[in-house]
Amino acid sequence: MNPFSYARVTTPPAAVAARTQQPGSYFLAGGTNLVDLLKRGVVVPEKLVDITRLPLTAIEATPTGLRIGALAKNSTVADHELVRRQFPLLSQALNAGASAQLRNMATVGGNMLQRTRCAYFYDTSLPCNKRVPVQAGPDKGQPNGPTGCGALGGYNRMHAIFGADAGVAAPKCIAVHPSDMCVALAALEATVVVVGPKGERRIAFRDFHRLPGDNPRQDTTLGADELITAVEVPANELAAHSTYLKVRDRASYAFALVSVAAGLQLEGTTIRQARLAMGGVAHKPWRLFEAEQFLRGKPATLATFQQAATLAMKGAKGYGENDFKLTLAPNSLVEALTLATTPA
Amino acid sequence: MDINPKNQPVDRVDGRQKVTGSAKYFAEFALPRTAYCVIVGSTIARGTLDQLDTKRAAAAPGVLGVFTHLNMPAIPGWDAPVGGQADGPPPQPTAETYRILRGTKILFDGQPIAMVVADTFERATYAASLVKATYTRQTPKTDLNKHLAAAIAPSIPWMKDYSRGQAEAYKTAPVVLEADYVVPTEVHNPMEMHGILAQWTSPTSLLLYAKTQGVNATQRAMAQAFKLDPRNVKVHTEFMGGGFGMGLRTWPQETAVVAIARQLGRPVKLVMTRSQMFQLVGYRPHTRQTIRMGADATGKLVGLVHEATAETATYEDFTEGTVNMSKFLYACPSMQTRYRLVRLDRGVPIWMRGPGEATGAFALESAMDEMAHKLHLDPLEFRLRNYSETDPEHNRPYSSKNLREAYERGAAAIGWRNRPATPGSQREGEWLVGYGMSTGTFNAMRWQATVRVVLQADGSLLVQSAVTDIGPGTGTALTIIAHNVLGVPLDRIKVQYGDTSLPPAPTQGGSAIVSTVGSAVFDTCSAVKQTLVELATRPGAPLAGHQAEELALADGQLFVEAKLATQVAVAELLRQNQLASIDKTTESKGGPEQQKYSFYSYSVHFVRVRVNPRTGVVRVTKTVSVADSGRIISPKTAASQMIGGVAGGIGMALTEEAVLDHRFGRYVNNNLADYHVAVHADVPEIETITIDKPDYLLNPMGAKGMGEIALIGFAAAVANAVFNATGRRVRELPITLDKLLAVS
Ligand SMILES: Cc1cc2nc3c(=O)[nH]c(=O)nc-3n(C[C@H](O)[C@H](O)[C@H](O)COP(=O)(O)OP(=O)(O)OC[C@H]3O[C@@H](n4cnc5c(N)ncnc54)[C@H](O)[C@@H]3O)c2cc1C
Ligand code: SF4
Repeated sequence: MNPFSYARVTTPPAAVAARTQQPGSYFLAGGTNLVDLLKRGVVVPEKLVDITRLPLTAIEATPTGLRIGALAKNSTVADHELVRRQFPLLSQALNAGASAQLRNMATVGGNMLQRTRCAYFYDTSLPCNKRVPVQAGPDKGQPNGPTGCGALGGYNRMHAIFGADAGVAAPKCIAVHPSDMCVALAALEATVVVVGPKGERRIAFRDFHRLPGDNPRQDTTLGADELITAVEVPANELAAHSTYLKVRDRASYAFALVSVAAGLQLEGTTIRQARLAMGGVAHKPWRLFEAEQFLRGKPATLATFQQAATLAMKGAKGYGENDFKLTLAPNSLVEALTLATTPA
Repeated sequence: MDINPKNQPVDRVDGRQKVTGSAKYFAEFALPRTAYCVIVGSTIARGTLDQLDTKRAAAAPGVLGVFTHLNMPAIPGWDAPVGGQADGPPPQPTAETYRILRGTKILFDGQPIAMVVADTFERATYAASLVKATYTRQTPKTDLNKHLAAAIAPSIPWMKDYSRGQAEAYKTAPVVLEADYVVPTEVHNPMEMHGILAQWTSPTSLLLYAKTQGVNATQRAMAQAFKLDPRNVKVHTEFMGGGFGMGLRTWPQETAVVAIARQLGRPVKLVMTRSQMFQLVGYRPHTRQTIRMGADATGKLVGLVHEATAETATYEDFTEGTVNMSKFLYACPSMQTRYRLVRLDRGVPIWMRGPGEATGAFALESAMDEMAHKLHLDPLEFRLRNYSETDPEHNRPYSSKNLREAYERGAAAIGWRNRPATPGSQREGEWLVGYGMSTGTFNAMRWQATVRVVLQADGSLLVQSAVTDIGPGTGTALTIIAHNVLGVPLDRIKVQYGDTSLPPAPTQGGSAIVSTVGSAVFDTCSAVKQTLVELATRPGAPLAGHQAEELALADGQLFVEAKLATQVAVAELLRQNQLASIDKTTESKGGPEQQKYSFYSYSVHFVRVRVNPRTGVVRVTKTVSVADSGRIISPKTAASQMIGGVAGGIGMALTEEAVLDHRFGRYVNNNLADYHVAVHADVPEIETITIDKPDYLLNPMGAKGMGEIALIGFAAAVANAVFNATGRRVRELPITLDKLLAVS
């Protein structure tokens, strides 16, 4: 960890201003990811802007749904009465993440902006295309470790099967976004509210995270000096038939190999509406638009689910150690749909 | 005598200290002017260090020294060959030599290239980040699978090839199994970080707070390294946050800290990082095994061959007992073992709980299950048909063996009769259900130890031994032994341990400590008792005329067993004789009977699993582990030992693997988020059973060890249960879900 300056802000405009003034500065929320990145020398900042005192912790009903402050703790959101009742998918996804201690520290905004867990990204002696140059100290402007994608041809058990090659001849990065919460928010079609030097902006969740393409350094479409202030979740009819299934290497405290957020609206046994997203498979929470469309109007049967799973896998590609996800992902989707439609 | 007639379940004597934080671990000791050392490790696994820029580090705030191959103070004793080994068979030095911070040759990833010392830990950490190195990189050899052809036979007598009966007899049998089994590299990963705090209290004397499983061994190693009188090297390790084997030797970086402390003239503390715990303090070596087994139609083994090939460093041959249990566990007339090593660009391994036997048991006990399946026999029945009544390796009787009873009790407790005879045929909802079992065994040993016992005039008792308690509850067991021999109430007994100022004891390991140090406590307390009896029965004394055999001790009273009213308080007896205390120190070890019998502890593990047919997720839903480890001295901590073994066994079976990227020879999951030990949610209801029958041939208490057997065999039981649930045989640990996908 390098020496850096530290400032605590108490209003969103002050937060934005602090960051605009000094490139190479970072917002510090729960710190559960950022502090690790500092310790490993992956992030070498000029300054940390502590935003934990911002008044952005409220969780409140709105005429169209629910608004969750960016600094609400993951555990608070997961246990909130309104969230549990209206969006059990979100509650389940949050509780499937990390450990109780981490959830007590982690914030909604920080969760959305947590970095990938790719081992090469965290080890500055190994190649990676995602790390940015050093931003402070005598090495400022120097590359922070070798470039290239270490995971290609290496340890990529956790890595992407979708979207890494979109828009490029060969993938530059096959990392996945590790969040559970975001997979649920993608399925729930949330909106991200952000504020920047030019004022407030709203970003549809599906446009918030991005695919690596030519620029794997960039995880999201958030501007460098923008602050997330809230997430809005629109009301829906999915609560009765929704499941967050997280498949992982141990029963708790492990990132998803594959996760599925499934929300269905049923009329009898007919599917009226389906919202599906997968985690652990792409650089962003991966919506299964085609499968959703296919399910609409179909009977909720195993055969339907299997067909949807086949559709969902279009364009999937393994990179060696993660080839098993080509089987695990469709199987997990079928399992999640089965659980979502099985009476408790 | 029966060592614990009431089977008293005594709470861990240091439990309160541990949970309230008053137990002090090595890193918590504070000495005035302590400086902090941080290691900079190589980022390549093979090659040479070309340039090392330490200027910025040296100029950073608070830095007291940056030690590299250019300025590392000499370690005088290291000019002679050293294994650095605590106790037991040392790893054999090879033609290659590794000496920390000497020369520029890089032999493994993480090899220290600099040790940075500053006035605070944070400043040392920061300065360490400023050290910049350039290397000439050579392609590292770290993948056992790719270098099997380079396997060598270790030149160590006790690892030589073994054969009895006819060579390769298995081939002649009507039913033959040949299969390969793989155990990956695993890392001990105790909670407490490794390290040392060193202070030179004079130019020729040393005080160390260490994380070692043997204070006397560390004392000897440091005395040798610095050419000191061992009596002038004091080592303290009262508490340890888990050892699991990594504290079984003195590691080079600890010795380096001592040298640096001398150079700087102030105490120096090293606390390693979690990722350095993967690189610098050993691991369970990646091992490939082949079992070839032949059986006849009646289910009798005809021949068995067990071969193992394990990774080691280029600079030391580390060996362990991987193939040992195959030699005696089953009555098989013809059997051969071969043990090989592949020297790789890796740090050297070290024993990890269960050590080689846990690796070997995975192969042998999986193969037994596979063979039973081929023979259409119940795997438990198959084992019983090959039960060895005497030790076929040494042709001598077992000192005791109650394995048959262990099988029976375990089978009853898990509900073995519910095991589906056909794999993949039982379901619970959509989940597949299966049952598996296995056997574990480990040497039951007794070494030599000295113990001091002081019975004070106020009736309280002090017991002293240098032995460490790495977690199993040694202090508790020793308290119970003293209590039962001398009748001193539990709360009036103080056991002091973990310091070289106390009478010497062997290193905690090999499941031999209760047997060794416990017996020394027993013998010394017995000597104290004899003195008491003499005092009490002398002419004119309160119990004059009574014989020693008539007397017993309890609640601080010496009394005539047949006539309870005839008694004298121990404290009173001492006062009458104007004695401040009875103070005895004795050395104690096993006798000649140790050559006449074979001594082993046994375990049997039964597990029940559920497997999700769509995702391949395995959940262990119930386990029963039975220990045949002689008389149980401390029922509570014994059960805890077994519970810990099962939790570790679930990790070994399902989740643990230290992954290297062989292109770089570097770990890619060297932290507790990515290296998966089992968490609570992975660990189901654990039932533990002890056979609890004394083996007086081993020691006067009849107790054998149980630390290793709690783990040995467990992984095979899980693999066997997974086979029973799914019909899928996984021969490579850990059994991750990708190995089971699409089992429906
Ligand atoms: C061992 C471990 C296991 C974990 N397991 C899981 C898991 O299974 N599933 C899972 O989903 N997560 C897991 N996590 C990740 C955890 O959820 C994230 O670390 C956490 O959500 C980040 O939140 P934070 O508030 O601590 O963010 P910080 O670490 O403070 O910040 C993260 C990033 O977000 C930026 N940031 C924070 N808030 C804002 C804002 N309002 N506006 C703009 N930028 C902002 C920061 O500048 C920083 O770049 C795990 C983490 C650890 C350490
Ligand atoms: S997958 Fe992405 S994060 Fe990982 S090494 Fe490749 S570029 Fe870096």
